[in-house]
Amino acid sequence: MPHLSTYVALADHSEQTLAESLRAVAEGHARQADVFHTCHTLAGWSDQHRQDLAPVVERYGEQEDVDEPERLRADALTNTREGEIGLLRDLQDLHLLATLVHSTWTVIAQGAQGLRDHQLLDVATSSRQETTRQLTWLTTRMKQAAPQALIVAS
Amino acid sequence: MRKRMFIGGWGYWDRMSTNSTTSDRVAKVFGEETPHPRGTVWPARVDQYLDEGLDEQDVDRWVQSACLLCSNGCGADIAVKDGRMVGIRGRAGDTVSHGRLGPKGLYGSTPWAASPDRLTRPLIREDGRLVETDWDTAMGRIVEVSKRLLAEKGPLSHGFYTSGQLFLEEYYTLAVIGKAGLGTPHMDGNTRLCTATSAAAFKESFGADGQPGSYTDIEHCDAIFLYGHNMPETQTVLWTRILDRTRGEDPPRIVCVDPRRTAVAEEATRTGGVHLAPRVGTNLALMNGLVRELFIHGWIANDWVAEHTVGIEGLRDIVDPYTPEHVADICGIDADDLRSAARIFGESDNVLSTVLQGFYQSHQATASSVAVHNLHLLRGMIGRPGAGVLQMNGQPTAQNNRECGADGDLPGFRNWDNLDHVRQLADAWNVDVMTIPHWAPPTHAMQIMSYAETGSIGFLWISATNPAVSMPESARIRKILAGDQCFTVVQDLFLTETAELADVVLPAAGWGEKTGCFTNVNRVVHLSEQAVEPPGEARSDLDIFLMYADAMGFTDRDGAPVVPWRTPEEAFDAWAAVTAGRPVDYTGLSYAKLRGPSGIPWPVNAEHPDGTDRLYTDGVFPTGTDYCETYGHDLITGGTVSEQEHRAMASAGRAFLKGAPYTPAHETPSDEYPLLFTTGRTVYQFHTRTKTGRARSLDQAAPDAWVELSPADAGPLGIDEGDWVRVESPRGAIQVRARIGRVMQGAVFAPFHYGHWDPDDLADADHRTANELTMTVWDPVSKQPTFKTAACRVTRLRAGDGPAPAPTNTASAPASGANDAAAAVPVTGGGSATSSRVLTETPRYALDPSQVGSSHVESSREDH
Ligand code: SF4
Repeated sequence: MPHLSTYVALADHSEQTLAESLRAVAEGHARQADVFHTCHTLAGWSDQHRQDLAPVVERYGEQEDVDEPERLRADALTNTREGEIGLLRDLQDLHLLATLVHSTWTVIAQGAQGLRDHQLLDVATSSRQETTRQLTWLTTRMKQAAPQALIVAS
Repeated sequence: MRKRMFIGGWGYWDRMSTNSTTSDRVAKVFGEETPHPRGTVWPARVDQYLDEGLDEQDVDRWVQSACLLCSNGCGADIAVKDGRMVGIRGRAGDTVSHGRLGPKGLYGSTPWAASPDRLTRPLIREDGRLVETDWDTAMGRIVEVSKRLLAEKGPLSHGFYTSGQLFLEEYYTLAVIGKAGLGTPHMDGNTRLCTATSAAAFKESFGADGQPGSYTDIEHCDAIFLYGHNMPETQTVLWTRILDRTRGEDPPRIVCVDPRRTAVAEEATRTGGVHLAPRVGTNLALMNGLVRELFIHGWIANDWVAEHTVGIEGLRDIVDPYTPEHVADICGIDADDLRSAARIFGESDNVLSTVLQGFYQSHQATASSVAVHNLHLLRGMIGRPGAGVLQMNGQPTAQNNRECGADGDLPGFRNWDNLDHVRQLADAWNVDVMTIPHWAPPTHAMQIMSYAETGSIGFLWISATNPAVSMPESARIRKILAGDQCFTVVQDLFLTETAELADVVLPAAGWGEKTGCFTNVNRVVHLSEQAVEPPGEARSDLDIFLMYADAMGFTDRDGAPVVPWRTPEEAFDAWAAVTAGRPVDYTGLSYAKLRGPSGIPWPVNAEHPDGTDRLYTDGVFPTGTDYCETYGHDLITGGTVSEQEHRAMASAGRAFLKGAPYTPAHETPSDEYPLLFTTGRTVYQFHTRTKTGRARSLDQAAPDAWVELSPADAGPLGIDEGDWVRVESPRGAIQVRARIGRVMQGAVFAPFHYGHWDPDDLADADHRTANELTMTVWDPVSKQPTFKTAACRVTRLRAGDGPAPAPTNTASAPASGANDAAAAVPVTGGGSATSSRVLTETPRYALDPSQVGSSHVESSREDH
């Protein structure tokens, strides 16, 4: 099952990337209190997904050297941008990262069903549900920020 | 002391009353008790205050109104003599108060009006200083900036921050100006600070705002749960109503959830109920524990729940981990106390719950308040006498701001995410649907300030509120208001801490100086008539908004003025028309009807011509996708539920059971800041004391700020009663005197009323604004700021010269036997004389189930 383990590794890695990026955005936009607190909360969710996945990773063996679908390996956001338009762009970056996480869990859930791997299926399903909530918040916040950022902000 | 009084124009009630008694209502906050048995009507008692030296014979006229000093909305008449307001008297036939008034209403309603420091002329800033000017100049400056910004940046450059103390007609007029004239989503009220969670919790559970319960539930319940609601301090007349039951035959038991040993807590002990004192910031863990107990013991109305709710399985999973022991651990309470409280809820036939700031201004506010609904829904305890929920408000007209849409909401509890609802408004106002800002969630107060901070909002109009004192992190707010990046207009009665920072200050007429309606916390509408002329050139808020609309020339699709009305009554009728078909239906109300027996609860329409005592009597909720006010939110993140997701839940008239896990507060105590800071109020002051601070009886009862510490915390810090202390959080500090009081160990309480304005020019008034310490953080759903949880440290500065200036007959009483100094603290009193008469025959109240024969109290819906 080399490809499933590749995707398990991808899930682990992309959740890590998402968590780091959420924390970077939290700190970079700390003056927006809701962004600060919610991003930290959502980062905690991603940490939890990785923890839940850890026993599976152990079972399948994380193959660092197996070629991951490279174009899917996204880099974490380390530098955040300034101001209202900067916040909007950063949120959109987070949305891209979370979308990658979401589709990865979808793919894994399919594989887990085929293998009747209940543990993996549970992790993939529950994590994906929370990824959906992360995406929903990001969309809500972008919709809130967009008009002001696009029309008025200097 | 008893004396016979002459009651001008009220001869009937006079004959039907006992002799009048005179009392100091600062000392006797609740007045004479009138205990009565369960299921009987609350007796009437008429309370009255007149300025010293005046008798009833001296009064020229009594003018119909209602008290505007808290959300209770006690019906009252204003005494007028020689064109001045000289006192107030409760209306015996009023459905809310049955004639009573509390100390704030009695002493605080009128003296401010004749205060020599009233604003009487507009002011504009010239070379950094505010100078007097005329209306044309002041309005000219406003319109010039407004037009310039509209041309340069569009309507999103404009923001409006209002109040919970204007009239319905004023909110609605401003809502139309903002939404149909300008087209800005940046409108909110200070209701965001006091009552946003109440509205949000209703919307999440029931689909729309609207108080389900009624005050008449008090007469029919077996138990009353007060969640974070220190009612004796916030709504004294409502607490009087409860006392008249707990001291009467067959009393209800009280359960109190509050970290302080309040009078509610004492009444809980006295009635065989429970006092739960959870650690600040852990309410949701406690609520999840209570809900879990209902499941474990099978205290569930299964058939009713199946028919009238959705979401029970999800809720059961969420609360499952919250065993009494686990909750006891998180909250620092006794597991058996939690069990006892749950048992009272589970085994009573009829429970009334009330909720206020201890939940609303705390961590996980909406989720905790929604959990109260869950308890009621699981037991089918809603919509019948005695079984109700009262999510309270802080301010008298907060409800109207929510209804009329001068806050973020759309008028008439319409859903901004539902294009049909927006179209209804566009048709009513005859404007293009795209003019009405509905393409993004409405902007909440803290976000408005944040945009004003960067200058993205360059025009901010503040009416009847004092954010420089009342908003969190007040130093930041003052900087925003004082800066050049945003032009600020302030409209108020006095030169408040906020007005001092404005570019233009407009003198407004206050209560009794203008006509309008307002709606109290249980949907009861009152008309408040103009009694006297405003001072100098002051104008009603309605006239000021109309003046702006005219000068800006806002027009509809046909070129007619977008605000066609000129008078309060015309504004009211326009408002009533736009509520047709919505839960908040005013179509059956008019000024003429409101001049009759006072206090009519909405909905009032053809079906309910005399109003509606309680909602959801048929168990049908406004949750249908096409009807609801919101599709709902994720209670943890605030992410919005989409229309499709809502439709998929097929709620159609059923209430939502929603839950969320407990998460620790954003700021928890550390080595550096080891104590928890929490803010609140005292019975003698209202808001930032603009009115109550100008009433001698009230001001001297609570003349200066203080902070309350538990004996266990004060001891090791070397702090005694009355010592000056410094209380410091990561954001700021205050220096005030210490009361060794009744807060739980680890918590520090400060009243939030005190800014630097002081009627007696106190020297130390610059260091007492409690909100210097609070954080800028808010609930993800209601966006209400979290005033109640911040970490702090306390250090002793120096000895005081006597006890702290805190009242002793309220929640701020000294801890019993704390130390010798406490014993020396004098008892609070010294209020002027007021009179009071208990009526021997109680008037008839239109919808009161104790008097309406048909509405007998049903037995419980239990089927477990
Ligand atoms: S309870 Fe509230 S409305 Fe009634 S008199 Fe007191 S302050 Fe006024």
